[in-house]
Amino acid sequence: MIFNKEYESIARQDLDQLQIERLQSTLNRVYRNVAFYKQIFDTHKINIERIKSIKDLSSLPFTGKEDLRKSYPYDMFAVPLRDIVRIHATSGTTGKAVIVGYTKNDLKMWTECTARVLSAVGITAHDVVQIAYNYSLFTGGFGFHQGAEHIGACVIPSSFSNMPERQITLMKDFKSSALICSPSYALQLAYAMEEMGVHPEALFLKIGLLGAEPWSEKLRAYLDEKLHFISYDNYGLTEIIGPGVAGECEKRSGLHINEDHFIVEVIDPKSLKPVDPGQEGELVFTTITKEGFPLIRYRTGDLSSLIPEPCACGRTLIRMKIEEILQKIEGTSPHYQLILGREEGVEKIELKVEISEDLPSIDELKTLERLRGTIAERLKQELGLQAKVTLAEPKSLRNTVEGKKQRVIDKREL
Amino acid sequence: MLKIRNLESGYGKLRVLKGISLHVKKGEIVTIIGANGAGKSTLLNTIAGVVKTQSGEILFEDQQIDKKSPEKIIGLGCALVPEGRQVFNPLTVKENLTLGAYLQFKQKDKSPAAATLREVFSLFPILLEREHQLAGTLSGGEQQMLAMARALMSRPTLLMMDEPSMGIAPLIVKQIIRTIIHLREQGVTILLVEQNAKAALAVADRGYVLETGQIVLEGSSSELLNNRDVQRAYLGKEYKKINE
Repeated sequence: MIFNKEYESIARQDLDQLQIERLQSTLNRVYRNVAFYKQIFDTHKINIERIKSIKDLSSLPFTGKEDLRKSYPYDMFAVPLRDIVRIHATSGTTGKAVIVGYTKNDLKMWTECTARVLSAVGITAHDVVQIAYNYSLFTGGFGFHQGAEHIGACVIPSSFSNMPERQITLMKDFKSSALICSPSYALQLAYAMEEMGVHPEALFLKIGLLGAEPWSEKLRAYLDEKLHFISYDNYGLTEIIGPGVAGECEKRSGLHINEDHFIVEVIDPKSLKPVDPGQEGELVFTTITKEGFPLIRYRTGDLSSLIPEPCACGRTLIRMKIEEILQKIEGTSPHYQLILGREEGVEKIELKVEISEDLPSIDELKTLERLRGTIAERLKQELGLQAKVTLAEPKSLRNTVEGKKQRVIDKREL
Repeated sequence: MLKIRNLESGYGKLRVLKGISLHVKKGEIVTIIGANGAGKSTLLNTIAGVVKTQSGEILFEDQQIDKKSPEKIIGLGCALVPEGRQVFNPLTVKENLTLGAYLQFKQKDKSPAAATLREVFSLFPILLEREHQLAGTLSGGEQQMLAMARALMSRPTLLMMDEPSMGIAPLIVKQIIRTIIHLREQGVTILLVEQNAKAALAVADRGYVLETGQIVLEGSSSELLNNRDVQRAYLGKEYKKINE
C-alpha cells in the first residue's frame, strides 16, 4: 500500500519544485544557525543565493563523518538544545559516536517516513509487528516503533536480545505476523529455531523487514525459506534520520528513497564528481526538512546506484540498489569480516569469508584453495582491492553486537 | 497553480526579495508570515505585476507572468487585495465594485458583471446596505470587505490578500477569516500574507516563513505552529524565556 500517495507518487516536476523550495530554506537556516556551515560556505566563498536548482547542489562542499565527530556532541544542531526532544547516536563501530538531535517536527517527519517503509512492504493495522532492534541510542527500535504505531499495527517492542529462544517464544505466542530486525539477527533466529526444533509453520510470520546492514539476495532467499516469510530490504542511517530513508516496495526491485525529505546524489568517491545516471558510486544525502540536525551533502560511505526507470508500483520516488560482490560467488555464505591491520607500517586488509555448508566437497583442500583464489581475484577486479582472503568454518562468523554484525575489525593501534 | 522560482525583486537598487521559490496548489490556502520589512508585500506586489521582477520566474497556470502588466495578470485570474485596503474614498461602494469589474465592462456584454455583483453582495450583505454610500465613510472593517469584494469582481481563481486583519477589530477579523474559508469552498485559491501569524496559520493549509527577503522555513500549518522558532518570533510564546 502507498502510505502517502500525494508525495510518494508526486509528479517529478512537482517534486523538483518542492525540493528546491525546501533546499533553499534549509540552506538559509543552516547558514544562519550552524557555525560549521557558515564557516565552510564562507571559506569556499559560496553564496547560497546562487543555488537556484537541484543541479547547483553539486557546487556546495561535502559534509563528512569526520566533521560530525568533531562537532561532538551538539555543535551541528541547528536549534537550541531546549527545542530538541530526542537524542540518538550512531553506534560508533568505526570511531567516535555522532550525536543526532530531533525536534518535535523531526520526530513527526521520521514517523511518516518509517510508516511509508512499513506500508510499502504490506504491513497494515491488522499486523502484529515484532521489533527486534535495540531500543536505545540506536535508531532502529524507536524509529520503526513510531511508524508502526502510526499506521495502527499492534507493536511488540521485544527489542534485541542475546537469547533468540525468548524472541522465538514471543513470536510464537503473540502470533507476530511481521518481524523487524537486521538480516544477521534474522539468520540467528533461523539457526536457533532449528536448534529448538521449532518448525516455521508453528509461527505466523508473513513479512520480514530487514535492514541496518548490507545483505545479499542469497541471504534473502535463505531467510525466506527458513522463516516462511517474504523479506524486504530498507535503508537508513542515523546521521540522516535513522530507518526511513529508503525502503523496498512489494516489487522487491530497489529501494524507494523518500526524496521529498532527502535529496540523493551518487558520486565517484575518488573524483568526487557525480557519476552518470545508473552508475555505481557513493551515496550522498542532503536533508531538506530536518530542523534539529540538517545535513548538506553528507557522504555516507555506502556504495549504490540509482535506478532511473519508474517502478511498476506507482511510486515516482527514485530507487537505489546496494551492490554486493560476495553474493555472486558460489560456495560462500553471506557472512564476512574485514580485518584492518598494519604490518611493519604497511596497511593490510584481510577478508574473512564464511564458507557455506552446501559447498560440494567442502573438505577438499583443492576446492577451498580454488574458492579463495576466486574471491581474491573478484575483489581485485571489481574493487581494485589487494586483500588477503581467508576462509572461516560454516557458522563461525555469527557474532553480533546489539543485533548488528561486526563487519569491520580494526586492529590498527593508531 | 502558482509556481515561483528564484524570484528577486525590489525598488531601484534595493533588492528586497533575494531568491524566493514557492508554490500554491489549486484549492489551497497558503500563508506567508514574517516580520515587518521581510518582503511579504513586495512579494505579492511582484506577483501582481505592480513591482517589476528583477530575476527568476513566476508561473501562473503554467503561463509565465513575470513580464506581464498588472491588468494582464488580473485578466488571467490573479487578483490582489492590497495592504491598507486602498479603496477609492470619493466613490460609492457600488462604483468601487464596478471598477473591480473594469475588464469585463470593457467587453460589450455587461450581464456577467451584474451577476458577479449580486454574488458579491450576498457574500457581504453589509455592502449592499451601504451600496450608495461613499467608500471613505465606511469603517475599517467595511472597507476591508469592500477591498475584497472589489477584487472578487474580476472573478479571480487566485486571490492574494495583503494583511487583511491590519487595524481591524478582532470580531471583524473573525468574519474575514470566515469569508476566506467560504471562498475556498467556492473554489478560489488563496495566498494570504499576514503579520497575525496565529490567525493565518489557523486557516491556512501550508505556510512559508519569510525573513529579510529569504524563505527560512516552509511546511504545513501544524508543522509551523509546532516550530519553536515560529512560536518565539511570531506567536508570542515563551516571552519570558527569550532573554535567558
